[in-house]
Amino acid sequence: MKYLPEAIYRTIGAVVVIACYLFLLAPLLVVFVISFDAGANLEFPPKEWSLRWYAELAGNSEFLEGLRVSLVLGLVVTAVSLIVGVTAALALTRYDFTGRDGLVGLFTSPLLLPSVVLGLALLLVLGPVGLVGTYPGLVLAHLSLTIPYVVRTVMMSLNAVDASCEQAARTLGASPFTTFRRITLPLITPGLIAGGALSFIISFDEAVVSLFVVGTGRTTLPVVVFRYVSNNTDPQVAALSVVLIVFSLAAVVLIERALGLKRVLSRA
Amino acid sequence: MDGVTRMRTSSRSSGGRTSRAARAALLAPGLVAIGVSFLVPLAWLARMSLNRTVGSAELQSAVSPQSYVDVLTDEFVWKIAWQTLQLGVLVTVLAIAVSYPIALFLARTRSRLRGLLMALAIAPLLTSSVVRTFGWLTLLSDDGVVNSVLSGLGVTSEPLTLTNNRTGVVIALVEIMMPYAIIAMIAGFGRVSKDLEDAAGSLGAGRLRCFLRITFPLSLPGVLTGALMVFVLTISAFVTPRLMGGGRVFVIATEIFDQATTTLDWPRASALSILLLFLFGVFLVLYQRLFRLVEGR
Repeated sequence: MKYLPEAIYRTIGAVVVIACYLFLLAPLLVVFVISFDAGANLEFPPKEWSLRWYAELAGNSEFLEGLRVSLVLGLVVTAVSLIVGVTAALALTRYDFTGRDGLVGLFTSPLLLPSVVLGLALLLVLGPVGLVGTYPGLVLAHLSLTIPYVVRTVMMSLNAVDASCEQAARTLGASPFTTFRRITLPLITPGLIAGGALSFIISFDEAVVSLFVVGTGRTTLPVVVFRYVSNNTDPQVAALSVVLIVFSLAAVVLIERALGLKRVLSRA
Repeated sequence: MDGVTRMRTSSRSSGGRTSRAARAALLAPGLVAIGVSFLVPLAWLARMSLNRTVGSAELQSAVSPQSYVDVLTDEFVWKIAWQTLQLGVLVTVLAIAVSYPIALFLARTRSRLRGLLMALAIAPLLTSSVVRTFGWLTLLSDDGVVNSVLSGLGVTSEPLTLTNNRTGVVIALVEIMMPYAIIAMIAGFGRVSKDLEDAAGSLGAGRLRCFLRITFPLSLPGVLTGALMVFVLTISAFVTPRLMGGGRVFVIATEIFDQATTTLDWPRASALSILLLFLFGVFLVLYQRLFRLVEGR
């Protein structure tokens, strides 16, 4: 017999795809299961289930402080990136001028820099002015990571909005600011939601740049986890990881609903 | 559409002094933010690489190529640079191999679940690499999931050493790079038409031959852009090599971190960064050329 029946090829194909998906999701699934393990050793599958590690998490002041710093930082970074990103995106889509493409390149260029290099560069600048391990220093450090994404998502939305609506409003006597507030802003809300969610989760999850610039001062959650995991692995970190994953999932849902995950995250 | 919009708006806003002022005012916050958080640090890094370290970590202001000479004549640096590139190639090949089936499936399927499955493949990008690496530590450590399952089944008597070495770093990095590979490949798979395959099939080609002669060659541009993307991200990865390598696997990124935070030799760390940036840049330019070529078909 020369060719196998079609059904067999289909089955093999499906098995291969499912296996690849399992590999991709394995670390997240395992972390999730282990976080409910009652024992102190990482056992799989766990013999007994409990919420013990989540309870211990609530009493771990180091983790709680890290969570607090990361939340504050993420919110401030997102607010600043949105303001800065929307104004820049407006200028870059609504005006035509020489050097426009160059500026688009400049605003998105931090995406192309390895995080270790960016982290070191920021450490060298923030060190002498005493901003290592402070909120202002951390906000500055994270801005270079989030602005490119916000500028890009907002530009995507602005390009999709028909500029003639804005022109009609202007012709009818609305001031530029009123036009922006009443016409443009409602139309680009999906871009703002996607950009904001992305910016928050990038800041919230960032480990490498933060590792360079936290010093001995304010420490973000991913840095706390990184340092903890360097020395020991126990289910408490698994519980904490699940908390982090929940934040990521919320961001994923928001971005997917607003603009589509694939569009927002493809580089180049 | 984009061009038309811009032309129309420009006829309204070009020239006038007020519009130029408005434009400048809109651009100012962004330029300041990018300048302070990105351009200045980068320039400072380049400047720092020309300084000198004398004695034990005493910084001397200078304009000297000394740190570059030191870095480029250091055998250890060449060794880790070589190891970094090897790791890059190995991870790239494996990541492409396990991402290809998912990307092809997602590019093809007409399932109602396509949106969900697409999100599932890309979503891990937005989870912290620290968390995903921790997941791999629990999977691969000596008393981890894989080893306890293997010994439970009686396959192995001694635990396999899968962490604190290169093996663990490779496995975890492959998984962490998959979403990037999948995104890049789906973008490149647009030209793999199902009709061509059907035609080949109806002309009597078997499934395997159809894949090898039609599908795979047509998907190569997507594979190549995906591969370059994974490669540049792998050679600059830090968290996974450090945590999975347990301090025993050295790559350029871990060396930069050690020089900057432990040895405190900033000129050397900066020179190493410029070296990494150079490697990164070369492959990135290649990637963008390819991506445009593939997208603009």
